[in-house]
This record gives sequence, C-alpha cells and structure tokens, in this order.
Amino acid sequence: MSTTVHRSPSQSQSNSLTAARLPTWSIWVLLASSLGVFAGIFALIELAQGSGEFNLVAVIVLGALLFDALLYLVSSLVEGRRRGLDRLMTSLISTAFLVALLPLVSLVITVIVDGWKRFDLAFFTQSMRNIVGAGTEQFSGGALHAIVGTLEITGLATVLSVPIGLLTAIYLVEYGRGSLAKAITFLVDVMTGIPSIVAGLFAFSFLALVTGDPGIRSGFGAALALTLLMIPTVVRSSEEMLRLVPNELREASFALGVPKWLTILKVVLPTSIAGIATGITLAIARIVGETAPLLIIAGFTASMNYNPFNGSMMALPLFVYTQYANPGTDVQPYLDRAWAAALTLILIVMLLNLIARLIARIFSPKVSR
Amino acid sequence: MSSAPASSARKWSQSGSRGKDRAFYLSALLAGLLILVSLGAIAVFLIIQSLPALFANPKELPGSPSSFWAYVAPLAFGTVWAAVLALIMALPVSIGIALFISHYAPRRIASVLGYIIDLLAAVPSVVFGLWGIKVLAPFVQPFYSWLTANLGWIPLFAPPASGTGRTILTVAIVLAVMVVPIITAICREVFVQAPRLHQEAALALGATKWEMVRTAVLPYGTPGMISASMLGLGRALGETMVVAMVLSPATVINFVLTGSANPPTIAGNIALNFPEAHGVGVNALIATGLILFVITLAVNAVARLIINRRKEFSGAAG
Repeated sequence: MSTTVHRSPSQSQSNSLTAARLPTWSIWVLLASSLGVFAGIFALIELAQGSGEFNLVAVIVLGALLFDALLYLVSSLVEGRRRGLDRLMTSLISTAFLVALLPLVSLVITVIVDGWKRFDLAFFTQSMRNIVGAGTEQFSGGALHAIVGTLEITGLATVLSVPIGLLTAIYLVEYGRGSLAKAITFLVDVMTGIPSIVAGLFAFSFLALVTGDPGIRSGFGAALALTLLMIPTVVRSSEEMLRLVPNELREASFALGVPKWLTILKVVLPTSIAGIATGITLAIARIVGETAPLLIIAGFTASMNYNPFNGSMMALPLFVYTQYANPGTDVQPYLDRAWAAALTLILIVMLLNLIARLIARIFSPKVSR
Repeated sequence: MSSAPASSARKWSQSGSRGKDRAFYLSALLAGLLILVSLGAIAVFLIIQSLPALFANPKELPGSPSSFWAYVAPLAFGTVWAAVLALIMALPVSIGIALFISHYAPRRIASVLGYIIDLLAAVPSVVFGLWGIKVLAPFVQPFYSWLTANLGWIPLFAPPASGTGRTILTVAIVLAVMVVPIITAICREVFVQAPRLHQEAALALGATKWEMVRTAVLPYGTPGMISASMLGLGRALGETMVVAMVLSPATVINFVLTGSANPPTIAGNIALNFPEAHGVGVNALIATGLILFVITLAVNAVARLIINRRKEFSGAAG
C-alpha cells in the first residue's frame, strides 16, 4: 500500500497501462517534418550551386535517419524508454523492407525503359552475323541465334536432369533408408551451393579430357554444367511433393497386390505430378539466366548454330554480356541490344514462374486434406 | 468370378514382375549414386586439370608471379572480402525484412510482400551486372568522392576515389541485393516457426512488440540465422557475372572500399580471362576454381550441418 502513496514520477512513467501515449498523427508529422528539413537544405544547396540536380535519394536517406532519431527521442521522453525502443525498431524494420525494394524498382524500371528501345521484330528474327554498330535500316541485328541457343541448351539440360533428379527423389522417399539416403540428402543440399562457374569449369575439364581438345567449346557442355546446377533443385522439390502423397494410397495399392514399382508409377507419381511439374518449371527458371558456365564452355558466336555438339553456341544471358563487354566503336546500339536481351530474359523467367503457379493452381492434387 | 483377380494376382507375383520391381529399384538407386559420383567427379576432374598449374614454372602463369600461391593470394582475399562486405550489408536488412513479413506486416499482404522479395531472386545475375555498371556505379560515385574527401583519414576510404564507381564496395552492394532474398527466405521460415505460446506469454507479461521479438523469436531463430547467412555467404563467394562486369580489378591486396585499385575475385577473374586463356593459363584458372569449390563446399556443408542439427532439436518439418 505504501507504494501508491510514495510514487515517484519515474515509476508512474514505467507503468505502460497508465503512461502517456503518442497520438497516431504525431508520427506522420515527425516523418513529414524530418523529410521537409532535408528537402529544404538540399533545395538551398541546389539553388546555390545551380547544378539543377535535386538529390532526392540523399533527402530520403538523411530524412529517414533524422526521423528515427527524433522518434526515439520524443517517444522516450513521452512514453518511456521501452516504448521508444519499440517504436525505433518498428521503424527500422519497416525501413529494411523499403531499402530492399529500392534496387528492385530501379532495376525493373531501367530494364523496361532501356530494353523497350530495341524490343522489335528484327531483334527476334535476326542474328548478329555481319552486323557492325547499329547495322542498316533493314538489318539492325538481333538475338535469334542466342534465343535458339538458350532453348536448345536449356532443353538438353532439362532432358538430362529431370530423369536423374526425379529418380533420386523416388529413391529417397520410397526406398532410401539408412546412411546412404542421408548422405545423398546432405550432398544434394551441398550441391545447391556449388558456384555456377565451377560447374562450367567441370564441364570444360570433363569434355577437354574426354575429347582431347584443350580449347573445346560446345552447347552440350553448357547443358552438362546446367544439369549439375538443376539436379539439386529438381530433387528437393520432387522429394517434397512425393512426401505429401498420403501413405494410405500406397497401402491401398499394396493391399490390392500391386507391386511397388507400379504403385509408384501409377499411384504416387500421378498424385504428385502437378507439384513436380511446378518444381521443374521453377528449376528451369533458375538455370535459364545462368551466365558464368556458358561463358566457360559455350563460347561466343555471332552466327546461328543449331548443333549443340559442335562448335560455339550463343545463349541469351551470354548475349547480354558480350553486347556489353565487346561493343564496337559506336557503343549505344550494342547497349540497346544488351538491355533488350535483358528484358527478354526477365520476361522468360517471369513467364516460367507464372506457368509454375498456374500448374500448381490448376492441377493441384485432388486429395482432400 | 474369383478366377480373374486370382490369375492377375498370380501374374503380378511372377518372376518377371519381381524383376521389374528390382530394375526400378536399381535405376532409382543408380540415380542417387550418380549424384554422389558427380560431386566426386567435379573434384577429380578439377584436380586433374589444375595439377599442371601447381607444378608449372611460375613465370608461365598470368602476370608472372613469384609462385602459384602469390598468384592465388589476391584472388582469394578479394573473393572473401567482397563476400563478407556483402554479408555485412545484407544480413541486418534480411533479418529486418523477414521480421517485417513474419511479425509486423498485416497478415493479408505478408505473402504478397514475400513474393516481391522472391522476385529479386528471379532476376538473372547478368542483368544485375548490367544494372550495377550502368545505374548503380554512376549513382554512388559522387558519394565515394565525398567519402574520400571528408573521411579519407579512415583507411577504408583512403584517397584517391575511383572515377567510375566500379569499386569493391559497389560490387558488394549488388552482391548484397542478390543474397538478400536467400537469407530472407530462410530467416522468415524460422521466425514463423517460433513457438506461438512463448510469444503470447511475453506479450502477456507486458513486453512491447520488440521485446517480444527479442526474447521469444530471435533466440529461437539464431541457428537458422547463422546458417542462412552462411548460405548467403556461399552464394556471394561464387557469384561471377556481377564481379566480372562491375569491378575494375588490380592485382593488389588492400581494404580500400572506394579506390580504383581493387582486389580481384576468383570467379570474376576466371570469367574475364578464361575465353582468351591458353596453355598453362587455363590450368591456373581451373586451379583457382578448385580453391573456390573447396571454400564454398566447406561453407555450405557447415551451414547445412547447423540446419540439420536444428531440425533434430525442434522436430520441425523441413
């Protein structure tokens, strides 16, 4: 009882139920005023220098810092130190999300604006053979050879990695017991982290030793490297989907006398096929933009090459790189083509992601949960 | 009536079916073993191809260094330095985003926000490289000039400033943007799994939201955050195209963030020099690739071990 009589001011402040709270509008006022202060300062600087460039990013960054400091100070004074810290952390955590959005927004806007300039018919119907600079009115150069190469290399990699990845997943879920299965699971996880350039070096070393050609370049080698990168993704997603299949289905099938391999083929796989297809599509989306292994083993060419087993083969990510890295004397048309290829690449990846989502939604397993 | 099922049952149990069962099992086992073999094959083929560089006369190596290890040292240093810088920037932001999505954002829009962050992971690295050199580097260059002019006494910002902005700090910023979605995804998963009762108990005891997060969510997620950052580190170590396109490399070892002489990285060096390399130069590049492979393998293996141990403790479904 004595505490209620001799109550010091600091104690009454620390009681969160009775302590004063900041009204909601005060936070917005704080934010607006701290941004306003720096907007004013930088407007004055710009007027003084006359450079005509208003430094918006600096205003936002410094304004946000001032806002955080003010918020902590005001809230600590009015609401107590604990609430002040709480408000500060809420502000910082929300800021973290906005910070991550900045590069994404900037990148998407740049790619769309710069990529749109050469996103025309010639870009998709011509190769770079005999194209110098901006080319002529009729032949302005395009990425057809790179698109064909990307389709063939990615297709080959898919054909190679899906059976291996799917069978491994089946082994892990349906058969795998003991230390071998554990080792495979662990190594698949570790394989996810192999740098893509190391996969390219492996494909090169392998093919150079097998064929005896120390400077070998081929689309098949690129497919081999991408297979290595794709397998772990396929295994992990397929494994997850196979584990979702209810055990009752397998038991019912066994009870009818169906052997294990037919149970897997006719019962387990059809039930989980939608999820597996989604996983494979996402895996393709992951490897279609890989550049480093192609740089090592696919080589560069300006011409069409339909044969992945013979000679250099272009691919879309590599096209972006070469157009940027090896421009002629007139740089701009090369850069425009690079941005157009980047836009195409992002559209392909988005499309694959969209397809994956559609597959998952339309063919989702018809099992009541 | 009874003969049809009986005969078909007999058909299944015949030796042919058993053989097919066996064949199916073996093919699945073979696929699993193929993964073991391929990881081993990567190591073996890289070692075979890099041996000539280890025993070659150092004068024949690119840049004619005093020994093979003098050739590797700046590369290894640059690789680790850029990746660590990227991680320092990415980790706090990622944890913030993960907390924002799991505990702060309204639940209805949380999954949309997660999808937006995943979009960052979908952008091909070569596009990030193009963006880094054409948008980010010119944008940050004035800041670098300001830093070297006013804070030049700090060794990290020793003058002169790079005139192009193509420094190791720019590379690290782009790398940070690329690893943010990886770290965020794992942190998010762990934070969502944090025991609901602990959080409610903390709130019931009068904790503010941040105190609840600090006492009930973050301690639970610590192993997850550690392994997430190691996976992000592994990704940053092996990232090639951004470094190859953005960095202007020199054969030096220094910690200057804003200068024009930057330490090269293994992956970037391979990408820049492999197309024109010949003779023992190819072997030297493959040898550096082998070193990169070993580093990333170790980092990833440790990260996975931490995650797996965590699973055994919590019993959470993976």
